[in-house]
Amino acid sequence: MSEVETNTVATPDDPFVADADLRPALFEWLCRMGDNALILGHRTSEWCGHGPVLEEDIALANTALDLIGHTQMWLGLAGEVEGEGRNADNLAYLRDAMKFKNVLLVELPKGDMAVTMMREFLFDAYHHLLLTWLAENSKSPRVAEIAAKALKEVSYHLDRASDIVVRLGDGTQESHRRMQAALDLLWPYTGELFAGDDVDAAIVEAGIAPDLGALHADWNGLVSEVLEEATLQMPEPGGYAHLGGKQGRHTEHLGFILAEMQFLQRAYPGASW
Amino acid sequence: MYAQLVKSEGLKPREEMSPEERAFQDRVDNGEKIEPKDWMPEGYRKTLIRQIGQHAHSEIVGQLPEGNWITRAPTLERKAILLAKVQDEAGHGLYLYSAAETLGVSRDELLDKLHSGNMKYSSIFNYPTLNWADIGAVGWLVDGAAIMNQVPLQRTSFGPYSRAMIRICKEESFHQRQGYAIMMKMAFGTPEQKDMAQDALNRFWYPSLMMFGPSDKDSVHSAQSMAWKIKINTNDELRQKFVNETVPQAEYLGLSIPDDKLAWNEEKQGYDFSEPDWSEFFEVIKGNGPCNRERMEARVKAWEDGEWFRDGLNAYAEKAAVRRKAASVAAE
Repeated sequence: MSEVETNTVATPDDPFVADADLRPALFEWLCRMGDNALILGHRTSEWCGHGPVLEEDIALANTALDLIGHTQMWLGLAGEVEGEGRNADNLAYLRDAMKFKNVLLVELPKGDMAVTMMREFLFDAYHHLLLTWLAENSKSPRVAEIAAKALKEVSYHLDRASDIVVRLGDGTQESHRRMQAALDLLWPYTGELFAGDDVDAAIVEAGIAPDLGALHADWNGLVSEVLEEATLQMPEPGGYAHLGGKQGRHTEHLGFILAEMQFLQRAYPGASW
Repeated sequence: MYAQLVKSEGLKPREEMSPEERAFQDRVDNGEKIEPKDWMPEGYRKTLIRQIGQHAHSEIVGQLPEGNWITRAPTLERKAILLAKVQDEAGHGLYLYSAAETLGVSRDELLDKLHSGNMKYSSIFNYPTLNWADIGAVGWLVDGAAIMNQVPLQRTSFGPYSRAMIRICKEESFHQRQGYAIMMKMAFGTPEQKDMAQDALNRFWYPSLMMFGPSDKDSVHSAQSMAWKIKINTNDELRQKFVNETVPQAEYLGLSIPDDKLAWNEEKQGYDFSEPDWSEFFEVIKGNGPCNRERMEARVKAWEDGEWFRDGLNAYAEKAAVRRKAASVAAE
């Protein structure tokens, strides 16, 4: 079972954390990292008690738990960088939808297990490549430290999701049909993972994060290999991409996630839980 | 405790026992553990399957009332703790189904009986979780009541059940502490939070007392289960112990137990308290509790919606086995 991660006491010195010029971009970028984990964790946790088999219930709860742990680390650092006294909980529970910076992919409804596991696979493949780069190459020691912690868990998420995609893709006709439908549904939302903007450019320029274009090629390779083994038809790379989540323009689904997630903090402001 | 009203056998007097049954009873009396391959009376096996199965089902259905608040947990830390806890419950279900399998019944067979209404789960999970303090109350009272029963069951005569209980008890005592920690936050928080805490206690008090099952005078056939050491204490003993331990905890929180008759009895060194409404208990057992229909619908839906998923994994495993076989033939 994963342990709940909290901010460590001994944090490495990190010049970026106090860099006023970089602050807006770094805060934004850290929110994107944290919000992806939070919203995907939320969607994954919706399965709790409703999984198709007991082992899956446990695995899904465990994955959600890992993602909530990552959220605490990323949003905790975001609050620190922002320097206005907001902590991870303030950011998670007291921002409205337009201030959330997760990609649209993670906020789509959980659908059936085909959608849930295909989404996890597509996101994990990206997440794993990104965290690997961050852990090894990021010039920000704090970012590298969080990435290294999260990477251990995400390596396992990717292994498990890839394995399930292969098994269900190459399982029965029905499981194949559902997995292909899930892939076709989700594919137009994967482009956003690699669509950089000014925030990304500033963070890449500072040496904190990798160029998303370079990551895209590796992602295509990894994903096509697994999909081929799963006997699934990979949609055209570079097709239409739904964008906007990273800039705070979301689907209608996010508002309902937040209405549910933030209910207690909104209804009872200032209470301690 | 999560096993109530388990159908058991009438107590067989020693003079009516066969030599095998007598030898078996001697082993139990000596505190030896019975292992799956050992000879055992058919009644022992059947009663244990019912009891362990009911306990396993309770763990699984028990995910639902707590899972109800995961997406609404008020902080990231509370959300993580609740996820970990509910995941533990599913893990308990796994140990227990595995323990039942050693008695010759598969998990799928037990689940079929749950889904068709032929096996029960604890009545407590048919009550709703309506406010956040309910998550505290479930940990404090429901897990607390479960621990009362499960701690002695660590010494139960059937080896796999006893070992599962040892693992489960470690996690349950953590669960109870986290439940009480939530109650402390709520009871010592804002007036609204304290109201939620009192409301949760009001609703969960009597259903928690019901978890121990009917009064000893109405509890049929527990003598045989006690002789076999698959039931260690009587229902009333455990209920009394639970009340004795819980009342001071409620006092510390500044919450009132919803019972006018509650009073310390110096002579018996325990509290006098009101019995729960047993007609309500039997209605809940019959299926008329506030959430029976939703709980069963949720479990049946999860199972039916998951059929293609399980079939897909099984089909892949079969194909992979054929491919491995073909590859090894080709290699020869």
